[in-house]
Amino acid sequence: MNASLSFRGASVTAVIVVLLTGIMAIASLLPASSPVQVSPFIMTLAGKYLAYAMLALAVDLVWGFAGILTLGHAAFFALGGYAMGMYLVREIGARGVYGNADLPDFMVFLSWKSLPWYWWGSDHFPMALVLMLVVPAALAGLFGWLAFRSRVSGVYLSIITQALTYALMLAFFQNGFGFGGNNGLTDFKDILGFDLHSPYTRAGMLFVSGLILAGALLAARYVVGGRFGSLLIAVRDAESRTRFLGYRPEQVKLLVWVFSAVIAAIGGALYVIQVGIINPGEFAPANSIEAVIWVAVGGRGTLSGAVVGAILVNLGKTLFTAWLPEMWLYGLGALFMATTLFLPQGLMGLMHHMPKKRPSEVTPEVTNPEGGEA
Amino acid sequence: MAEFAMSGPAALSGRKMRNGVRGIFAAVLLSLLFIQPHNARADEDVFAGLATTQFNTIASSVDQIAQQGGPRALPVLRALADRKLFATREGDGLFIRTDSGWEDARSGASATPDEETLRPVRVNNRVRLAVAAAEAELELVSGTPAERQASAMLFYQRHDPAMLPAIDKALSKTDDVTLKNTLQDARAAALLSPGAPVSDAQAQQQAVAKLKAAGGLDARGVLAQASTSEALDPATRKAAEAAVSSIDFKLKLWGFGQDAFYGLSLGSVLLLAAMGLAITFGVMGVINMAHGELMMIGAYTTWLTQKAVLSVAPALGSFSLVLAIPAAFLVCGALGIVIERGLIRFLYGRPLETLLATWGLSLILQQVIRSLFGPTNVAVTTPPWLSGSFHLGGIEVTIDRLAIMIFAVVVMAGLMLVLRRTPLGLEMRAVTQNRRMAALMGIRTARVDALTFGLGSGIAGLAGVAVSQIDNVSPNLGQSYIIDSFLVVVFGGVGNLWGTLAAAATLGVGGKALEPLVGAVSGKILLLVLVILYIQRHPRGMFPLRGRGVES
Repeated sequence: MNASLSFRGASVTAVIVVLLTGIMAIASLLPASSPVQVSPFIMTLAGKYLAYAMLALAVDLVWGFAGILTLGHAAFFALGGYAMGMYLVREIGARGVYGNADLPDFMVFLSWKSLPWYWWGSDHFPMALVLMLVVPAALAGLFGWLAFRSRVSGVYLSIITQALTYALMLAFFQNGFGFGGNNGLTDFKDILGFDLHSPYTRAGMLFVSGLILAGALLAARYVVGGRFGSLLIAVRDAESRTRFLGYRPEQVKLLVWVFSAVIAAIGGALYVIQVGIINPGEFAPANSIEAVIWVAVGGRGTLSGAVVGAILVNLGKTLFTAWLPEMWLYGLGALFMATTLFLPQGLMGLMHHMPKKRPSEVTPEVTNPEGGEA
Repeated sequence: MAEFAMSGPAALSGRKMRNGVRGIFAAVLLSLLFIQPHNARADEDVFAGLATTQFNTIASSVDQIAQQGGPRALPVLRALADRKLFATREGDGLFIRTDSGWEDARSGASATPDEETLRPVRVNNRVRLAVAAAEAELELVSGTPAERQASAMLFYQRHDPAMLPAIDKALSKTDDVTLKNTLQDARAAALLSPGAPVSDAQAQQQAVAKLKAAGGLDARGVLAQASTSEALDPATRKAAEAAVSSIDFKLKLWGFGQDAFYGLSLGSVLLLAAMGLAITFGVMGVINMAHGELMMIGAYTTWLTQKAVLSVAPALGSFSLVLAIPAAFLVCGALGIVIERGLIRFLYGRPLETLLATWGLSLILQQVIRSLFGPTNVAVTTPPWLSGSFHLGGIEVTIDRLAIMIFAVVVMAGLMLVLRRTPLGLEMRAVTQNRRMAALMGIRTARVDALTFGLGSGIAGLAGVAVSQIDNVSPNLGQSYIIDSFLVVVFGGVGNLWGTLAAAATLGVGGKALEPLVGAVSGKILLLVLVILYIQRHPRGMFPLRGRGVES
């Protein structure tokens, strides 16, 4: 059991991520004439992939290890993004279209006179960090506490997570909600005084993203690797039995759920900084479901598989939509079906099936010990 | 003319003798009415007043024209209202400008006046009001039944006491019950309006009672004004005040009724969308995220059927919808069976994986439709027999929505019958309750699975037919229904059709009830939050399945 839960792959992936982002960051600073120079376009894409990898990691934590199929994790991702977006919008200051030093452009446009109370302190970076961590964690805590306490599980939980992100999407689409409505927050200029469009900031941000992703991987590995991880898997595979043994499954689930929400939120913040826009579309239920497929492709319950899956699928999406825009949905759809039918353990499972030397890192799932999930 | 005015369409029926007698009688009556002592003689030129530049003279001339009637009265008045009536600068020549040239106002014959000598007849507000009243008055006498009713409504809405004589005149001439009723309402409203001739308290209170019975916003306005009018008897004012609050109460009740209708109509759409899911999800435990896409394909089948029928037999075009119902059921049902055999049967026992696989399938189905028929909306027309609306008391009932409600109930009843009264239904229930035991009893579970999924998919197709009548048909149609329909099934309690019905009605009516309070989008958000909270309290929905087969 201990051997199967070490997740050495996660540390390896973390190191690779840091190395790759470091190399890319340096390469992006080379003169444009250099053959190995990485263009700003690629840098933005890479930043986006890393942010998505964080989201995938978060989904893997709850789906792979606690058996909670979340269809609403994009909500935490987007909330983190909005928290960072608020700070970035305030940083624009008087350089906006209307030149108003206190109010973001969209509020001037709506002829608001002052900032709503929940924007208080949003011009300070530490406040952005606090909001980014606390708001998604609080929402996840409340939602999880209610749901796990009353033993909402399986499909029911999936449906209400979807309803949650759908409700948030509708709310953020409204102008009166105070987050820029349809257009969301965009047109950012700089962060902590660094110009967001300068190659140095981009390179730095990518490297920081790599570090954060690596850190998240290691943290996740720490959480699921020890006793707590064993407990998580026990809850996933036989919740009632674990309860009868005297554990409190709802607390175990709640902890991992909130931890996962925070990782998703950090991913969202990284996304906003590097992509430069956040709008209510990020809450769309379809986004959450896509994140689940990244994890499924990479390999559920493997941590590093989630990162690999997110990067590969999004790379595929970028290439497909550039070459054959009509084919992308066919490709994605087929990917969903093929993965569930033929690759239930994902790419990581495939890798570990080939050399049959040591027991798979993939934790085998007990099939229906309690007579079905639904 | 008089004959038609008196007896309406009945005069067209074949009873010539009686109609002849009646016609003569009516003509005599009419002439008696028109020749009143103070009125102009028939040969006096009532139009002359129009040729002056005095607004007062013009207005009184308009009144006289209305009282005299005659074939030229309406055209001249309409020309005046449209500023197409011109007078000569000298003398009293009157001409109407037509599209092709000029005609003489008095005779209607085409004419060629010297345009240099013409000036438009000026109109101010007083004249305009007089013209509108005169037009209504004339139409009340000479219009078609619908026109007469409309002008009576106009009298009612304007409740100008100056029109009382005209109303009384019209009242004495008609025996159409509806028209008479409207005219009596108009009379009551005019009696209570400022500037009405002094009447006794009893007449006033009768008028109040009449308006109270009439109800509606117009009556409320008149009564509210009357309740503060100094000219009226104190008792009348008090009665008017009571009548206002009574009407307010009634309006509120009707408002609730209207909301309930909209809510039920929304609920019936949800019910149709969720019923198929209740089968595939509730009975089989399969989470079919492509359910919305099956609805979308049902809607496209409706569109294709309509196109096909129009090209083969255009005369039957308006009945293509009837044909679309079995077509959509078969197309989606067959597609469902293919999906079950090709994809879902490999994933039994792994409900969350089915969710992902069918989501992938939904993306592909969307893209297929988009490639075949384009990404934009296609136009599914609503047949004439489903368009329009009627009033049920104070509730406006639109026929297409009513039809969807009936359709939903019929589909639900049919589904119940299939489940309870057919061998397939029996086998389906057996497989749901204990798959292995059913198999041992000789039920071919694989076949039952395929047929069950086909049934659920076919019902999704039926929902698509209904939705095509009220929503845009585009490849994205399914996306907008999938979350709602899953919520309905989960909220109602999986595996329970009555629960689905209750949940659909609750969500539909609840959404409409919240809408006026907090707005449409916020209402939707609030409803989602409420359902989420409800599921926390009752994790298995409103009507959970009970028994040993249910996990924990």
